[in-house]
Amino acid sequence: MARSPLKGVEDSRPGGFACMSDPKQPPHGDGAEREALSALDDGKTTRREFVGTAVVGGALLATGLLSLPANAKGSAKAPGLEGPPVAPVPLRLQINGKEHALEVEPRVTLLDALRENLGLTGSKKGCDLGQCGACTVLVEGRRVNSCLTLAVMQQGKQITTIEGLAQGDALHPMQQSFLAHDGFQCGYCTPGQIMSAVGFSREPWGQTDADIREGMCGNICRCGAYPHIVAAVRDGRGKKA
Amino acid sequence: MRPIDYTAAHDVKGALQTLAARPLDSAPIGGGTNLVDLMKIHVQNPALLVDINGLPLAEIQEVEGGLRIGALVRNSDLANHPLVRERYPVLSEALLAGASPQLRNMATVGGNILQRTRCAYFRDISQPCNKREPGSGCGAMEGFNRMHAVLGTSAQCIAANPSDMSVALAALDATVHVSGPQGERTVAFGDFHLLPGSTPERETVLRPGELITHVSLPASRFAARSRYLKVRDRASYAFALASAAVAIELDGKTIKDARVALGGVGTKPWRSAEAEKALIGQPADEVHFKAAAAAALKGAKPRAHNAFKVELARRTLVRVLALAAGLA
Repeated sequence: MARSPLKGVEDSRPGGFACMSDPKQPPHGDGAEREALSALDDGKTTRREFVGTAVVGGALLATGLLSLPANAKGSAKAPGLEGPPVAPVPLRLQINGKEHALEVEPRVTLLDALRENLGLTGSKKGCDLGQCGACTVLVEGRRVNSCLTLAVMQQGKQITTIEGLAQGDALHPMQQSFLAHDGFQCGYCTPGQIMSAVGFSREPWGQTDADIREGMCGNICRCGAYPHIVAAVRDGRGKKA
Repeated sequence: MRPIDYTAAHDVKGALQTLAARPLDSAPIGGGTNLVDLMKIHVQNPALLVDINGLPLAEIQEVEGGLRIGALVRNSDLANHPLVRERYPVLSEALLAGASPQLRNMATVGGNILQRTRCAYFRDISQPCNKREPGSGCGAMEGFNRMHAVLGTSAQCIAANPSDMSVALAALDATVHVSGPQGERTVAFGDFHLLPGSTPERETVLRPGELITHVSLPASRFAARSRYLKVRDRASYAFALASAAVAIELDGKTIKDARVALGGVGTKPWRSAEAEKALIGQPADEVHFKAAAAAALKGAKPRAHNAFKVELARRTLVRVLALAAGLA
């Protein structure tokens, strides 16, 4: 049995993850959601109006009445990229057991490539600076923040996202455990929590709840669902996928 | 993030040539946990990234009783290596006290040594910062400086070095191995980081175009009895307010040899020769731990919001010395 890495050095405080009181940036904001929020900020557009506009825009795109920008195909410009687009480079990524060919700029993060280019929107963009864990995926079986690595650097690596956990209709035991223990509220952090918990289960930690809280400290939940998440991880990590 | 070019290097020579061809606007990228973060907030803006992950620098080897640690070894792998846990527990504890498990799976030894400060004025490009933009001033000096350094500061910069691992390396007499256009050289860990002085933008002795290739740890009589203690605003996933790495060799109840380094309070990983001097040859007891702690913080220069760090660092050091001596 591996010892707790920090045993005797620090104790964990009761109630939730030690990092739950973290005054981090708000962990919400997909590209569209960010636009929605900034639109709301000007006080002129209501959320309902914005959503209506977005739906109409989508419908127009679907019927071909609006043309896509020239660079949209295969190199959709992800949020957070400033300046003129530069030439995309061809990449091959191994995701959930399948090879994907795409073209993106070198500055595109793995998270943005998953979400914007490949339509795998299970991994969430929260802080986008490695602080909230909503973007956690497995690379070669180890959990990492996909917002802090470039897609171009991950070629040849086996990447697993939340979409790749279930086997057909059979949920991964950790997904099942999160359901059973009600380990989520708004659900935004949940894919990252589950991916982190799966990676955590393969790491040398002890079995205590304090170890679970420390081991899961890279994942922030704004709803504060930590007691349920700890229960879900405790239950889920002993079960074989 | 601004537009970048990207290329992957496959050996040290190739990486050095690529970096040398564009010395002013290229940067090597390993784990990327610090660099990509800083690129997103426009604090670092390299135009060319040279991916060094293909370089053969990810091994931990036993050499003459010590360890040779490749610059691309991930923090989690180093922390959990059996020889590190057995012979250099302070290093394992320091690594596991840093960041989150996800970040430790990506972050590398070389990158961690070069980790930039978390000073909020450095990270906010709308604020003046002599480190980011020499001559622009310092927002922290009269600003919100609760997280800032009290040791090694200058009139230009009070930013604290954020690395936990580096505090342990400072206490372990580590050596940094560097490769560059002029060949290879080694730098004692204590000489690797620079004090800010009037040039806070120069943080290490690494020259443009040079790469860290390895870190070596000598065989040590005292490292087996070594500990790291980190004190922060919450119990995990936060930067240190104060931390201390110590290693001691006991002869009965007498301290035969000692290494002391502090984190969170210095502008660089802070080895304290004064504290070591106050311990060596003395009984391992609270009286002498307190004397060492007083010696370590003697030159502290607190600002408006970080005066608490002086006492906090003292107590942290007394506590971790007691832990290392088996008295707590």
